Formats: sequence, structure tokens, C-alpha cells
Amino acid sequence: MADDKDVLRDVWFGRIPTCFNLNQDEVTEREAEPYYLLLPRVSYLTLVTDKVKKHFHKVMKAEDAEEMWFEYEGTPLKWHYPIGVLFDLHASNTVLPWSITVHFKNFPDRDLLHCQSNSVIEAHFMSSIKEADALKHKSQVVNDMQKKDHKQLWMGLQNDKFDQFWAMNRKLMEYSTEDGGFRYIPFRIYQTMSDRPFIQKLFRPVSPEGSMHTLGDLLKETYPAALPTEGEQKRFQVVIHGIEPLLETPLQWLSEHLSHPDNFLHICIIPVPTD
Amino acid sequence: MPVSLLWAVDVYGRVYSLSTAGQQWEQCRDAQMEFKRVTAAQQCCWGIACDNNIYLNVHASDLPVRYQEETYENQRWNPVDGFSDRLLPSDRWQWSDVTGLQHQPLDSFTLPSSSWEWEGDWHMDENFEGEPTEKEGWNYSIDFPATYTKDKKWNSCVRRRRWLRYRRYKAMDTWAKIPKQQTSLPDPFSDISCGGWEISEEPRARLSLWAVSLQGKVWFREGICHHNPEGSSWEEVPLPGEVVQISCGPGDLVWAVLWEGTSWAVVDSPSPDVGAIHAAVGVNVVWALTKDNKVWFRRGVNSHNPCGSGWISMIGEMIMINVGLNDQVLAISCEDRAVCFRQGVTSSELSGKTWRVINVPRDGDRSHSSASASSLQSAGCYFCGEVQVQTVSSDVESDTDKASTDGANCLATSTSPESFVDAPSDQLSETPKPLIPKVTSDSFISELVSDRETGKISREVCGSAAPAWSNVDLEEAQGQQAQTGAALDSADTCSLSSVATYTLAMEDPYGADEHPLWAWVSGGGCSVDSHSQLNWFNILVQSVQSMSLSITPAQTAAWKRQIFEQLNERTKRELDNFRHYEQAIEQSVWMKKGTMQWWRDWKPHKWMDVHFALEQFSGPEGNKDGILFIYYNFYEEKKYLHAFINEVTILVPVLNDYKHTFAIYTPERTKQRWPIRVSAATELEMHDWLALLSVSCCDSRGIQGPPSKQAIWSITCKGDIFVSEPSPALEEMPYPTPCDQMFWRQVGGHLRMIECNSVGIVWGIGYDHTAWIYTGGYGGGFFQGLASSTDNIYTQVDVKSVYIYENHRWNPVTGYTNRGLPTDRYMWSDASGLHECTKTNTKPPSPQWTWVSDWAVDYSVSGGTDREGWQYAADFPASYHGYKTMKDFVRRRRWKVQTGHHGPWQEIPPIPLSDVSILPCAAQSSVDVVPLWAISNKGDVLCRLGVTALTPAGSSWLHVGTDQPFKSVSIGAASHVWAIARDGSAFYRGSVSSQDPAGDCWYHIPSPSKQKLKQVSVGRTSVYTVDENSNLWYRQGVTPSYPQGSAWEHISNNVRKVSIGPLDQVWIIADKVQGSRSLSCGTVCHRLGVQPKEPKGQSWDYGIGGGWDHVTVRGNSMEPPRLPSLTELSAQM
Repeated sequence: MADDKDVLRDVWFGRIPTCFNLNQDEVTEREAEPYYLLLPRVSYLTLVTDKVKKHFHKVMKAEDAEEMWFEYEGTPLKWHYPIGVLFDLHASNTVLPWSITVHFKNFPDRDLLHCQSNSVIEAHFMSSIKEADALKHKSQVVNDMQKKDHKQLWMGLQNDKFDQFWAMNRKLMEYSTEDGGFRYIPFRIYQTMSDRPFIQKLFRPVSPEGSMHTLGDLLKETYPAALPTEGEQKRFQVVIHGIEPLLETPLQWLSEHLSHPDNFLHICIIPVPTD
Repeated sequence: MPVSLLWAVDVYGRVYSLSTAGQQWEQCRDAQMEFKRVTAAQQCCWGIACDNNIYLNVHASDLPVRYQEETYENQRWNPVDGFSDRLLPSDRWQWSDVTGLQHQPLDSFTLPSSSWEWEGDWHMDENFEGEPTEKEGWNYSIDFPATYTKDKKWNSCVRRRRWLRYRRYKAMDTWAKIPKQQTSLPDPFSDISCGGWEISEEPRARLSLWAVSLQGKVWFREGICHHNPEGSSWEEVPLPGEVVQISCGPGDLVWAVLWEGTSWAVVDSPSPDVGAIHAAVGVNVVWALTKDNKVWFRRGVNSHNPCGSGWISMIGEMIMINVGLNDQVLAISCEDRAVCFRQGVTSSELSGKTWRVINVPRDGDRSHSSASASSLQSAGCYFCGEVQVQTVSSDVESDTDKASTDGANCLATSTSPESFVDAPSDQLSETPKPLIPKVTSDSFISELVSDRETGKISREVCGSAAPAWSNVDLEEAQGQQAQTGAALDSADTCSLSSVATYTLAMEDPYGADEHPLWAWVSGGGCSVDSHSQLNWFNILVQSVQSMSLSITPAQTAAWKRQIFEQLNERTKRELDNFRHYEQAIEQSVWMKKGTMQWWRDWKPHKWMDVHFALEQFSGPEGNKDGILFIYYNFYEEKKYLHAFINEVTILVPVLNDYKHTFAIYTPERTKQRWPIRVSAATELEMHDWLALLSVSCCDSRGIQGPPSKQAIWSITCKGDIFVSEPSPALEEMPYPTPCDQMFWRQVGGHLRMIECNSVGIVWGIGYDHTAWIYTGGYGGGFFQGLASSTDNIYTQVDVKSVYIYENHRWNPVTGYTNRGLPTDRYMWSDASGLHECTKTNTKPPSPQWTWVSDWAVDYSVSGGTDREGWQYAADFPASYHGYKTMKDFVRRRRWKVQTGHHGPWQEIPPIPLSDVSILPCAAQSSVDVVPLWAISNKGDVLCRLGVTALTPAGSSWLHVGTDQPFKSVSIGAASHVWAIARDGSAFYRGSVSSQDPAGDCWYHIPSPSKQKLKQVSVGRTSVYTVDENSNLWYRQGVTPSYPQGSAWEHISNNVRKVSIGPLDQVWIIADKVQGSRSLSCGTVCHRLGVQPKEPKGQSWDYGIGGGWDHVTVRGNSMEPPRLPSLTELSAQM
């Protein structure tokens, strides 16, 4: 029996098989073997790549290893986007495993944020949660939480503890039946062919007439180009967690079930593969 | 929430109903005539038709309205004839009632009205106090009146027998005229209102029907109850003024509006309001309209303060207002005659938020536009004739100074006659100032002014322009058009139904039809609340919006199915070929810590502060496991107690007023009858812990998702529901799984009993006798979020009444007051008087309960109460009675409040049940239609039709006739139905089969001697019963050819309940089970050694308890793994 709760699990336990290769230009003492890992879609690159770092450090001199960063086919990968978003945006419809190049020098300061320690990720993650709750509940829920509750959310993500995380996160997903949904849906729309990092607007889950807004409604409002026009071939895929929900899917439901742990619904608009 | 109906009358007198699940008004086609007003209750709807008769429409139900007539045939013995009907002159009648005082021959019984029919002929009752009598049904005695026995003795000189006949109310779902009384009423009724169904609880189902006659007198319909839906007679209720309109709430509130426009409460306390024309009463609210169509809400009304404390002006202009169930408010707007629903009315916010127009089409709206003109015409004709007759009769009677009654009734004008307008100002000077609430006094006066002004203005308008129509009379208005002047003259003396007045004259009837004009609405039968999902409002919105598709179930499935499918595909694509890859995050130990209190194991037992920690880790095979630690100090020394999560068998919330406690059992602790008891600081903390611990217990045992079809269900005395997955070894011979090792997990919801079978059909019955069906979900209750399925969880309002008592002592100065003697009980207490229970400090039985009603006086206390719910006694504590005598110095009354819940349960309306039984069947058998029997809370035996594994709720009830109310029923695997009557006698139902699901007749089975039976359970072949003295009996000699068996054999005592499974396994709830550390009552026990050849078994194995009330093993048809028996072994050798 498929249940909404199973969706939460599937989302949480989504994994991307990845092959890490050391950049050719890095100075090594001997040849570096590629390193294979299953990356959690909902986590952040720098949070889950300690093993990768250790693996490549073994073949390098300590002084040659600066801050580690990742690149895929020439695009530096922003660690502060969830891994699943990076994959869907840049590498969906390619052959698995996902091949990521690892760099230890020439950190692209213009493209990437530095990430010296996990506390930077934690700060980023918690600020996303707070921003999302500001949209959803005027920050009421997150402000009512104690420090240890915030910690529980973070620890849940860090240690891949679904139960621990959701025991707390469910509070962030509550809303009164009278309202029929959150105040605003926290979402971000990513596109490959744009200078803007992402689109983010205020959008309510329920229309003034009382009907539920759908994914299609959201796109119509924020990114009409992504919608297929009549009589024309579909040009864009609307991807969330590697799947393409139907456009009539209610946005509120998506926000409750397909949001990332940072409580944002990350939507990738990617061109339909031409081949 | 079950589907219920909202009733309304449009301006043409057509009656419509709107279902809470529906999207259009359905016209009541069988109404032969037009109606003026309707007033609805959940089971019926009353109306005043234009012929001024009262009509009743009783909703059809699977449970017939059936009345048992009885009479006694008396005989005396004489030496010549033996027993004969020749009685002594001093004796009673040959045919009499039970007392012998009333002469009652068989032919003296007639049907009360044409709405009734006889169900069969007279027959004798062959049951005497639970024992079958001799064939003729005679009971013998020495003389009249004396004690009777069923056996003839040497000194039996007289005998009598009871004859029974049933009559059945047949006028279901149709408008049946209430017969006129012999002593004809002086004048016809102009308003009716029904309510009062919350005063007495279900079995009696009393209803109060109040009516107002044209002369302003108030009448009350006596004797309306379940088996007499029509009531018996009208009784006049004297009132100090003449009433225009009356409204009766579901509880004990009745408000009436007087001609002067003042509201009076029946307790004779005037409430200050001016120019009121309409009042509507709910459980705890009163709404009113004034003549200028303003809406007023009365603050602070409840049953101990029926007058409330002040008026608050509300937004909106209405011509009619009605309070439905749950204090929901319906009104008809002044402007466009639309039916409006008040949104956001909750028990905490009774005044609601906004008016919302009910915006649904009527059935056949299209076809009507042409028909309406003629219907208008015919309606008019009818009215015309009728009204004229009426005019003649009422003119004779009516006081000429007063408004002529016919004018009042039919001549609706929007004018208020001068005398009438002035009345309020007089009223103002008379009204004692303090009674005018401060909050509203300003608006109150402006109200007066405006009232007067509008009155005058409208009169001018009216004089110059057109006449106004009323809903009650369309033709009159046409007549008026012809003789406007005359009509207006008479209008001067009339008044009244400005309530139901509307200015329609200028409107085109065709145009009017496009947009229905409503005249009257009644929500008394309409069970909605602020959470109800109603489809009444957004029809138009949806049709306009093309882009945002409305979500219908089919579409829901499509988008959700898409997501499920794609997620599965994603897993295949991204994961299945790469499972050998290393995980990026290593699993580690996770701990949750907290502080708790622990009921310490050694004496003296007391609560002590401890640190509580759950350590979770991944077991060797990847399964999760954990250990629970309780760290405590023992003489300054730090110690700890631990329990392995995989050994915990159950977590039981043990809630009381003082502590948020739960108990943790392991097999060892179950043997000791001594669980680990811990208590959290707050409810929330307890829930977090319970949810977390439950999840880790389930994880460690690899249990997830909904319970299996074989599951064993049980219920605690608090109504908490637990379920256990039976292992195949549970019924194994000779070494079954010990009962105390069974793992139980909680399922949300609250039930009194539960029954299931092995195809997964699970029915439950709540404390309020509501029937519930299991939806296949899991979780609910405190398992919010993860541990709960998100589908299939519903709000379950199981109404459990919580009672507190208000105690008064009499003193010579002030009479009864809340000032007691120092030695007295608390002035607010529980039933014992030992604990103080005030309305504010009394909490729901557990945090999963929330109050669903406010405190109200409970009148249905045993011993009876007076009109205000008081019971009197000489002193506390003593026996209480419902009337005051000279010797009574104390009094008390019971207050009750009701609570609700949520879990994977859906209601099966509408018949409340007290017992249910489902045919147990083998796991593999594919029974299409599953027989299900039940007992209603009135004691009717019912058979459910259409129950299958796919439609476990079935479709309808088939009523099975009995001569007396029943209390327990059970159907065995071979369709053998056994039942227990309320008098403790057992019955076997003959010829039950799949062709004849209800069987043909009852066979009375004598009870074990001197025992009254209480409950029965039938398995594959075994029949077990429990009697009222807690003995367990086994029926001997049951064979396929003689299923009634031959005799009862005593098996055990201290048994509260028995459940026989499809393999004839025997499980009970036992009392007085001795553990190694404590004694428990209400323990789940399993009979060991039950085999086909030894169905009685040998001994008991004790499981979880105490505090258990119910268990059912009727789903467990898992045959134990068969071990070759010794004989087979030897045969092989």
C-alpha cells in the first residue's frame, strides 16, 4: 500500500551513485584511483565527502591539498545546493554513475562559497529552514523550537537519521485545517541557462477562491516558459528529486512531501534531452 | 461524519434538502403541497404545510420504528373446567395490562394513525424471565397479583400469559400528516421548532416539538420518542405573552419571540431586546433578528444561564436565521434570499467568522423555469382557497383589537404598524436598566431609533408602491394587488411575519427562478462543523477556473500515482545497480535523553526523579535496535535499570489527572504484573517519548505498516486500541508461544469493543455506541507524522462523557447554596465526592482527547432529576432522587462534557450499536459476502448486508425481529448464530445460511441454572458464554446436525469476556490474575491445550494486563505448524 509517508522515506533515502575522479592537473605521488560513493540526494556535497577527501589525500602531499571543490563537465558544483538539485540540474539524463571531478587547488572564488567546516553548512542549512518557516508560518514554529530541537534537525541530516529528523520536522509541516495550507510555499526554481541563481517569489498554496494551487499554477506565475504550449513539443522538464510530477499536483502536498530537509521545494527546469 | 441533510423551503413553498456530501438541492417531490416552514432533526423533519396541518417526514432507516403492544390473558383454575377464563368477580379482567387494572382485549388495540401498520398477528410470549416456558406460555401463581413462576405447582390457582403484537411505522421518507386531535385545536399553527434531543440520550431518543399557534399560544407535542415519532398529543404551555415565533435548541434552551418583539426565556426572565422578530437557539447560542433585519448574537448563553448576558451586533442582514447541529448557523439573507452558512463557528468561537452563501444548483433547475409559473399559480390557488376558509373561522375567534390572525399569518407586509413600532420604546422604559448590557446599549438604542425609522419609511414606500408578499401566501398578494388599499388597512393591525416577508412583487417570476429565493431553512438535521468539507460553496468558482483543476479523487490518484511510480523508477534507475557502493554517511549510535519520574521498584513505592535515555543502534543484520536506560540514585550511589527495546512487549499510556505516565512491559514484567512506570513532565514530552519508543520497538521487530488480517486486537479499559501480530506458533501444540511474549502496538482511536475476521474486516464500537470501520491505516493518536499513515486517518469523535457533580446544601436562610458544611464534600466533585472536580480543572481522559462540547447539565441520571437536573437526598452520601421532599438537605447535579479523537477509523452511520460479530473464516477461503451480525444499542438484532473484503462497511442493515431487546450476538464459522437477550437468556438462530442471511426463527436455549448470561462467542464449532457472575461456560453436544447442543459445562470463573477464534482457540479477559508481585484485573489470557478433540483445553496462559477490557482473536486463522502426533509417528514406524 503506497502511502504518503513512503514518499517521505523515498525522498530521504534517495541516493546518487557517484564516481569521484581526481583532476588530472593535481600533483600526486602516485595515480589516484576513482572513488565510488552513494550520495544522499538531500544532503550537501561537502557534508558527505569526508571519505573522498581522505581517499585522495592519501596520494597527495599535504601541502598540495588546499580546499577541496567539485566540478562536473566544467561547471563548479555549488555545495550549498542540495546534491539532488545539482545532479538534476546538470547531470540528469546522463549515464550513471555520476562522474564528478575533484579539485584541490584553484578554488573558483567567483563561483563557489568557501566551506571550511561543517558549521558553515549547518549555518546555511538552519538559515534555509528559518527562511522557509518565515514563509510558511511567519517563523512561529521555528521560533518556538528550542536550541536542541534545531540541533536535532541538523543532526538528523548530518547523520542521515530519518526518524530523528522527521520527529522534529513534522512540526514545521503542520498547518491549521482552516487555512488549508502554509502561508506561502517556500520554493526555488533553478534553470541551467540563466545567470539568475534561482527564482523565488511569494506564492500561496490556496487561491483566493479557495481552490488548491498546483505545480502548474506556480510555473504559470513564475516561469511560464517552462510550461508546454499547445501544439508544440515539450521543451522543458520540471524535475523534483529526479522525478517529474504532473502539473496538476497540488503545491501544498508537494511542499509537505517533496521538500528538501531545508524545507524548500527545489524545482529544476531542464531542457528536454534532444537525442 | 455521516451524511446528513439541510432542509429549506423556497418562496414557492417547495421543500428542498441539501446533503452535506451533495452539491445540489434535491426537491422533496413527494410533498403533495406547499410548505410554509420546516424544522429538522437528524432522524426526521417536521413541517407546516399550507393546509395548516403539521406533517412529519421520518427518514428511512434500516432499523424499523417498531412498537410492541402487549396484553395479558388471565385464567383461574376451578375444579370443573380446570384452568378457564371464568374468573372470580373480584378478579382482574380476563384480558388486562400487566397490573390487571386496565381492561385490554386484543381487539381494543388500534393503530394510532394511518402511518402505522401491523407486523404479523398476536402471538404468545414463551419466555419468562430469561427461561423458556411450556408450550402455551402460561405463568402460574397462587393468586392475582402475586409472584409468577413458569412451572405449574400444586397450589397454582391462577395463570396468565403475555400476548405480543408489533406495529410498525410505515410512512418513511414521505410527508405524513399528523392526525388532528379529537379536541381540535383552537387555531392553526404558524411556527414550529424541534430540538431537545440532547436532553435524553439515545435509546429513548426523545424529541421536543414546540409550536406556536396563530393566536400566539405555545404548544408542546407530548411523547415524541423513537418508537412514537408522531408524538401523542398537544399540550398548551402557558406564556405571559403572545408568541410569534419559537426556537428550541438541541439542549435545554427554548426561546420565543413575543408579538411585542421581545424575547422571553421559558424561565420567565425577560431579556432586553427590542423589536426582535426571530430567534434561533442552539446548544449554547442564541441568535436573533430584529425587524430591520439586523443580526444579533447573544453572549454567554448556556443551560445554567439560559438568558445569556448581552447582545452583540453581527454583520449581515437576514430575514430568517436558524441554528443547526453543533451550533452552526444558517440564515436567509435579506437582499437576495440566499441561504447563508456561518463559517468558522467552533465551540470556542460560537459567533463564527463570516457568512458564506450556499451556492449550489437545485435538481432540475433547467426544467423548472417554465414549470415554476404554473406551480406558482397552483400554489396560489391552493392558498387562496384555504386562507379564505381560515379567515372566516379565525375572524370569529380573534380579538378585534388585536391583529386578526389571518392577517398576521398571511398578510405579510414590510410595514410595521404604528402601534407596533411604539411598543419597543415603551418596552425600553419598562425594562430595568441594569438588564441592558453595557456593551450593546448604544447600538441597542440606535437600534430602536432605526427600527422606528425604517418602520415609517417602509410604510410610506409600501403605501405608494407595491404590496409585499410573504412566503406563506402568494395568492393573497395577487389579491392584494387588486385591492391594495384594503390590504394596507388590514396591514395596519397586523404584524408578525415580517420574518418571512420579502418584497417580491416587482420581480419577474421567471427571473426569480434562475436564482432560487429561499424562505425558510432548518439545519437541525444537518451535522456539520467548522472542519467539515462542504461542497456547497465553490461550484461557480470551479467552473470559471479552467487552469487550476479541482481535485477530484480520480485525479488525485493520477498525480499521486505518478509520483509513486516515478519514485519507484528512480530507485531502480539510480540505486538498484549500485547497491554495492559505499554509503556516504556511516550509521552511528543515536541517543535521546531526558528526565523523567520513575515509580520505583522497591518499597515504599514512590515517584523518583531519574534520567531516561534511549540508545539506538543498527544491529548486525542492519536492523535497528536499542536499549532503554533509567539512571537513578540509590543511597547516593548511581545505578541504572535497563530494558532491551526488542524485549519490550507493550507501551501503555496510563494517564490520569496528575501525571503523564506510561508503563513499559517486558515478558518478565508481565509475569510480575509490575511494569516499569515512568512519568514525563508534560503531555508533549510523553507523546514524543511514546512515539519514539513505539517506532523503535517496531523497528527492532521489523514491524511496519498496517496490522495484518490475522492480527489480534485488544482494547484497554481506557479505550486505547492495541494490536498484535500472531506468530504461527501461537496456537502450536504442545509448546505455544507464551502469551506474555506477544508484542502489542497501539493504534490511534478510541473504542469500547472491536471485532474482526481473517479477511481483514475490522469493526469497532465506540463508547457512544457509534459503529466504526477500520480503514487500513495505522498510527493516529499521538503517532503523528512518521509513525502514522497519512491516508486513512480520520477524526474520530467517540463521545465519552465525563461527569462532575455540583453539590449544594440547604440552609434555612438562603435555601440551597454552594455553601456546604465543613465536613461536606467539595461543592464540585466526582461521583464519590472525595475528589474535587471543577469545570476548569477537569481534564479530558487523555491528551488525545479534546472536548467536543461545553459543560451541560445531565438530566439522564439514574434516579431521575428535577427540571434543573438536581437530585435530592437527606445528606451526602445517600441515595438521590429526582424530587424534593421535606427531609432533603442536600442536592447535586451531574454535568457532562464530551470528547473526541483521531485514528484509522471511519464511522458507519447511523445506527448506534452495542455488539457486533463477523463470521470467522479460514485464511484462504474466499467468502464473497461475509455475514455480520450486530445488536443496536436499543437491543435490536441486525444483520449487515453487502459486507465483503472490498466493502467491509457493507451496505444496509436487515432487521431481525425479537420479542425482547438483545445484548450480545456471535456468528460461528458454520453460520451458527447465537445471541443473548437482555434478560440473560440464550437464543440460537435457526436456518441461517448464505441464501437466508437472517435465518428464520429463534430457539430459546435455557441458561445455566440460576445464571444470567452476558456474552457469547462462537468459533469454528465451539460455543462459549460468559454469565453475569463471571463464569465461563462451554456448550456441550454441539454437532452439525444438532447445533443447539445439549448442556452448559462450567470451565472457569473470574472471566469478563471471551473470544473464540476461527480455529476454536479460546481467549478471554480474566480478572484476579495473580502475578509474582501484584494482582491484576482485566488480563488477556489464552487457553492452552485446545485441540479439535479437546475443545475445552486444559489451562490458562496469562498475557498482558491488567486494565484490559476486550480482546478478539477472530482474525487469527493461522494454523499452527503441524507436528506429527505420536500416533502418526508410530504409524510411520
